[in-house]
Amino acid sequence: MSTLVQVNQVSKIYYRGTIEIPVLQNLSLDVPEGEFMALMGPSGSGKTTLLNLISGIDRPTSGSIVIAGTDIAKLNETQLAKWRSQNIGFIFQFYNLIPVLTAYENVELPLELTNLSKKEKKQRVEGVLNIVGLSDRMDHYPKQLSGGQQQRVAIARAIVTDPTLIIGDEPTGDLDRKSAEEILNLMDRLNKEFKKTIVMVTHDPHAAQKAHLTRHLEKGELMINGDGK
Amino acid sequence: MKIPISYNWRNLWTRRLTTLLTVTGISLVVFVFAAVLMLSQGVKDTLVATGSEDNVIVLRKGSSSELISSIGREQIDLISTFPELARNKDNQPYGTADVVTMINLNRKGTADMGNISIRGITSSAFDLRPQVHLEKGKWFTPGQMEVVVGNKISEQFENAELGGQIAIGSKNWTIVGVMDAGKTGFASEIWTDADLVLNEFNRENVFSSYTFRLADVNDFEVLKTKIETEKRLQDLDVKQEQKFYLEQSEFMATFISALGLVITIIFSFGAMIGAMITMYAAVANRTVEIGTLRALGFPRRSILTAFLIEAMALSLIGAGVGLGLASFMQFVSFSTTNFGSFSELAFGFSLSSEIVLSTFVFAIVMGIFGGFLPAVRASRMNIVNSLRAGG
Repeated sequence: MSTLVQVNQVSKIYYRGTIEIPVLQNLSLDVPEGEFMALMGPSGSGKTTLLNLISGIDRPTSGSIVIAGTDIAKLNETQLAKWRSQNIGFIFQFYNLIPVLTAYENVELPLELTNLSKKEKKQRVEGVLNIVGLSDRMDHYPKQLSGGQQQRVAIARAIVTDPTLIIGDEPTGDLDRKSAEEILNLMDRLNKEFKKTIVMVTHDPHAAQKAHLTRHLEKGELMINGDGK
Repeated sequence: MKIPISYNWRNLWTRRLTTLLTVTGISLVVFVFAAVLMLSQGVKDTLVATGSEDNVIVLRKGSSSELISSIGREQIDLISTFPELARNKDNQPYGTADVVTMINLNRKGTADMGNISIRGITSSAFDLRPQVHLEKGKWFTPGQMEVVVGNKISEQFENAELGGQIAIGSKNWTIVGVMDAGKTGFASEIWTDADLVLNEFNRENVFSSYTFRLADVNDFEVLKTKIETEKRLQDLDVKQEQKFYLEQSEFMATFISALGLVITIIFSFGAMIGAMITMYAAVANRTVEIGTLRALGFPRRSILTAFLIEAMALSLIGAGVGLGLASFMQFVSFSTTNFGSFSELAFGFSLSSEIVLSTFVFAIVMGIFGGFLPAVRASRMNIVNSLRAGG
């Protein structure tokens, strides 16, 4: 498998006033295309920061992040926004659906950034809602859906643009065990059936087991795993 | 690259109490703004409607009103010979030499007095002013101490009803008729025989103005030059009647507009701050949403536009409501002293397409000022921090 994500010698330092808070230190990581990777680690280990950098919603202090051939650290604000819209699908812990939009409209939202026709958008939205099993709930507002259903809508929104990479930030962190299992199965299906590359941050070892590759972070550094890396 | 409008509308609807309060604030300011312009327009409309397009009025040079003007009978006789004047089948010009003076009458139910114009007219006055109709009673008989009062005077002043007696000069005159002059200044006047007024006020042969109809409206400049170059008429000024009344409205209309606009601008700061607070609250409540939209790839300008659209939607709804309320003011009229003529003038609120346009522009400006800073804040939010706000 070719490498889709190349994180090279990345450091990230936050500043609180004049105090430097290093979060990631010269971290390097490769994610092969079609992989389902879990990032684990204790709170404050830097796993969410790493995920934010890979997804292009934050910038490294030093180092480079190359995704599908593009060094996203070199993109300006506008280019980065456009790049995210075309390459990244987000799955958040608290779903982050827009409460005033229906399931259908939430899924359609990223397509507003494309040049697809109304008909094409409809086909795509209905298609992905069918994949996540919510065709019969497309006119429901988020508050009318259970947590698991909301997360499935969020997954539909994440895949509707057919992104290069799906980013999951504790996607099962707010769900009961049954719903969490359904979401993990769905993500597994996206990876296996639709060949989607997924990078997921999780605290839950059971969730991490669903991934094919697990990486551990501690104090901003990548730990050596039992799989030889 | 735009966020759907439905997102804005539903957010406004979701926060409907806040939306309602903000819209109420804006609509009240818009109401005041529109009402002031309508009042100013009402003065103009009333006075402009008083004059006719094809009528010409001659006054003494420098006279801003008929009250302070004087024109001799011999001058009127001379002008009457000019061929530019329209004439009836007896070859008499359609012209009226008016004498305008003033009396005081008590307002009904108050101790206040108003200055009422008495207009002494000659018979052609009715042909020149077709907007004036008899509403009740009869027209005055020349040579008799009889008057016809405008319906606005009859409604608002004591003893001004049909059959009443009013003191003009040293005598009591009988009201024999009430005239309807539509929405013109004549509705706020009392009309009688010009010669009797001249006698009563010892004005001999000195009238206030001479108004006549032109045979051809295009001859105005020719006639004006003729009057200005004629030695015996050089102390006179000639104006198109509508322009003369428009000039009379200028001072009062400008005064109302200026005073009203100053008040409105002060109020509008309150409304803008209200809109700003609403929009800042909206930004604070939707921090995670903003972070999510930005993460999905919506650029800063989309966020800026979305919040500006919301602020402007609040303003436009406010404008619609305020303008709707203000439009009911068209049914209200009142009477006060016109500074241009120092006499009583009844007028109403008049809504025009220009006022509607100005009101919406005013509301949009309020929306932009009220919504801009919160929208900028929303668009400049750090994505990671915004997303953390929900955790």
